[in-house]
Amino acid sequence: MNQNVVWKLGLIVAVIALSIFSFYYKGMNLGLDLKGGVHLVLRVQTDDALRLETETTVERLRDTLTRGSIQFSKLEMKDAKTFVIEGVTNDQGFRTAAVDADAVYNRSSGVGSYTYSMKPNIENQLRGEAVTQALQTIERRVNELGVAEPIVARQGAVDQILVELPGVSDVQRAKDIIRSTALLELKIVEQGPFGTEEAAKQAYNNNVPPDVLLLPGSGGDAGAGGGTPGTVFYAVRRASVVSGRDLRNARPSLDENNLPAVGFSLNADGARKFGAATETNIGRQLAIVLDGRVFSAPVIQSRISDEGRISGSFTQQEAQDLSLVLRSGALPASLTYLEERTVGPTLGADSVRAGVAASIGGLVLVVLFMIVYYKLTGLNAVISIIVNLLILLGLMAYLGFTMTLPGIAGFILTIGMGVDSNVLIFERIKEELTGARGARAAVNAGFDRVWWTIVDTHVSSLISAFLLLQFGTGPIRGFAVTLIIGLLANVFTAVFVSRTVFELVLGQRKTQALSI
Amino acid sequence: MQIFHNPNYNFIRWRWHAIGLSAAIIIAGAAMIATRGVPLGIDFSGGTLVRVQFDQQVSEDQVRKALDSIPGDKVVQQFGPVSDRQIMIRLPQTNTTEQGISLEQGSRQIEDALTKAGLPKFQIVLRDIVGPVIGADLQKKGIYATLASIIAITIYIAVRFRPSFAIGAIAATFHDILVTMAFLQFFKYELSLNIVAAILTITGYSVNDTIVIFDRVRENMRNKRREPLEQVVNTAVNQTLGRTIITAGTAFLSVLALYLFGGEALRGFSFTMLVGIISGTYSTIFIASAIAIILSKKPQNASTAAAADSAARTPRKQKGAKAS
Repeated sequence: MNQNVVWKLGLIVAVIALSIFSFYYKGMNLGLDLKGGVHLVLRVQTDDALRLETETTVERLRDTLTRGSIQFSKLEMKDAKTFVIEGVTNDQGFRTAAVDADAVYNRSSGVGSYTYSMKPNIENQLRGEAVTQALQTIERRVNELGVAEPIVARQGAVDQILVELPGVSDVQRAKDIIRSTALLELKIVEQGPFGTEEAAKQAYNNNVPPDVLLLPGSGGDAGAGGGTPGTVFYAVRRASVVSGRDLRNARPSLDENNLPAVGFSLNADGARKFGAATETNIGRQLAIVLDGRVFSAPVIQSRISDEGRISGSFTQQEAQDLSLVLRSGALPASLTYLEERTVGPTLGADSVRAGVAASIGGLVLVVLFMIVYYKLTGLNAVISIIVNLLILLGLMAYLGFTMTLPGIAGFILTIGMGVDSNVLIFERIKEELTGARGARAAVNAGFDRVWWTIVDTHVSSLISAFLLLQFGTGPIRGFAVTLIIGLLANVFTAVFVSRTVFELVLGQRKTQALSI
Repeated sequence: MQIFHNPNYNFIRWRWHAIGLSAAIIIAGAAMIATRGVPLGIDFSGGTLVRVQFDQQVSEDQVRKALDSIPGDKVVQQFGPVSDRQIMIRLPQTNTTEQGISLEQGSRQIEDALTKAGLPKFQIVLRDIVGPVIGADLQKKGIYATLASIIAITIYIAVRFRPSFAIGAIAATFHDILVTMAFLQFFKYELSLNIVAAILTITGYSVNDTIVIFDRVRENMRNKRREPLEQVVNTAVNQTLGRTIITAGTAFLSVLALYLFGGEALRGFSFTMLVGIISGTYSTIFIASAIAIILSKKPQNASTAAAADSAARTPRKQKGAKAS
């Protein structure tokens, strides 16, 4: 046997062995549509992060101005990015006091009244940070959910996050855990609880001062035993004593009535602030506020430094989930779901079965056709199809790409369209054979003449496959990936493998009939 | 075995008939689209789709009655064979606001209504909820991807061959997309992500076929400079006819297997591919070369221009060219 052919054969066998090895040991990643699970796309409401920044700035400014005795008639937030101040008498003093706000906001020109609007670069930065933080928080939560191989990633538009949870059966619980803002705030209660919001307003003569906030809460205090149904309102100080950022840990525990509750502990900084606040407010109520709702408002009996408890009428599961989300940190902004696709595990298994059946069916049909039409040479094409499919599976497994239901379609298309290159070559060989130049020469001429046609057809198919990759969601990407790998592998198998097989069969003899 | 022994059909003579037939199909499809609009699947229109599997046989009407309390145009359909006991329920996009709660409301309403109606036990096999933002986003991306793919392929062919060929190839591709869209209309398929993926695949496939012929035209032009372009093209179509038919055959067979055994979820995809393969083969033979000829003729005397052009543009040397 020719040395050259031995070399080529060795390479082909090595490629096949590597492909089988890789497929066997790394296994195929199955997409959600084949394995079952839930695919979610969320949008981070980044406006929330801007609103928080503006709110904080306004409160800080109010505080500074009050302490510096600088008069103003009105200071209020207009929307998430702007606030206005009016009736400033001491303009020079005001400008010095408002220097912090100038770093973040553009101030309108004028005297005495100003509109502050957030600088565009700061806005972008805040929005970006909000998405990054939300991403990290969701990642922590998903990890704590104990899902195998979850995906949490940015997607498409800047404020979208993709979450894929394979094999999750309780979709609703997963969604609730991901989405709960879980912003814990501890605030001192000024007055309350009131039966209605109106009653709470009347306590302030319908003029609630800006540093007081009215919050809804569950009826009855913690420990009141069950609590009456219905909503009550608390008037609390706007500024929190501590917030979720100061949390060190949270875990499910029991309250004094042996009902499920969530115990939390604060970090050193939080403990210091909490200690000071509880010491000066003994006898008052402390509102435990979660996502803008007062869960309980126990009376402060003594100085507390770093431990606390949230009790409400939780079930065991709720207490567990709440500690999970508290541990993972609050979301910087609220989330909305843009898309949800849930595939039950039985459907996934059915799809795999159907896909395998269709692949085998397609392969059998094409193989029969090739052998009937091209006789022994058809076997050459069959070898090249099978090697192509093995490389496709091996590379997909090795590179960790995901096989999806449309991906199976791509696999089947590779069978049907991959033989195109073989057909192109064989038809050309047939033509060259009529020129009566001998089998060997005809084969060589067939391969040489068709080479550039194969390049052109593959490039044009790859162009559309790559654009397909840019379009659509996971399943379609799976399709594009199989097409691309199938096309690349096809150049190798239809040209290199197939030609080597011809060389092997024909050997060095100049004239020999070719079964084609 | 050989399907064609030295075929010598005069395809070019039939070009106007072919263009007429294609135009008729495309216009019929376009008329349907104009009157009904393109029916969009949930991927693009947004909305809620739930597929439930009942423990016992349940009729569409029973389910429809159970869902009476839910407002809006519902679609209730048996999914797959009756023995699967699966019913597909689709709700339209309720409002344009992106409230997280409203997005899942529909599917919850369906579950509640089915539970209350006292139907046999069921489980949810699949649930798709697509918000309007995602739907609009996918629509845009689908259109961009298809157009970008066509433009990129046109440029590639224009560089590798000549601009008139590129226009011929692209006309054939547009032809295939339009014919496929028309057949999707005739058979009442809704446009889904999978179907758009199939259409994009067809753009690649259709051009493939065309390139094979054009490659042969280019090769023949170098050898037979005396012949008029029509004849050169016709010879090339005939020379590659065996390949065109066989490739279409194998591609068709594999997609047929997908259509028959691949399950309901891929039926739209495989139907689109089947139509696209047939249309692609037809357009390769009749449309692409006809348009290339029509366009090549315009500037000046075709035969001399073509020969000069091909000599100037030959991007590669070929050993075989000298031998024959």
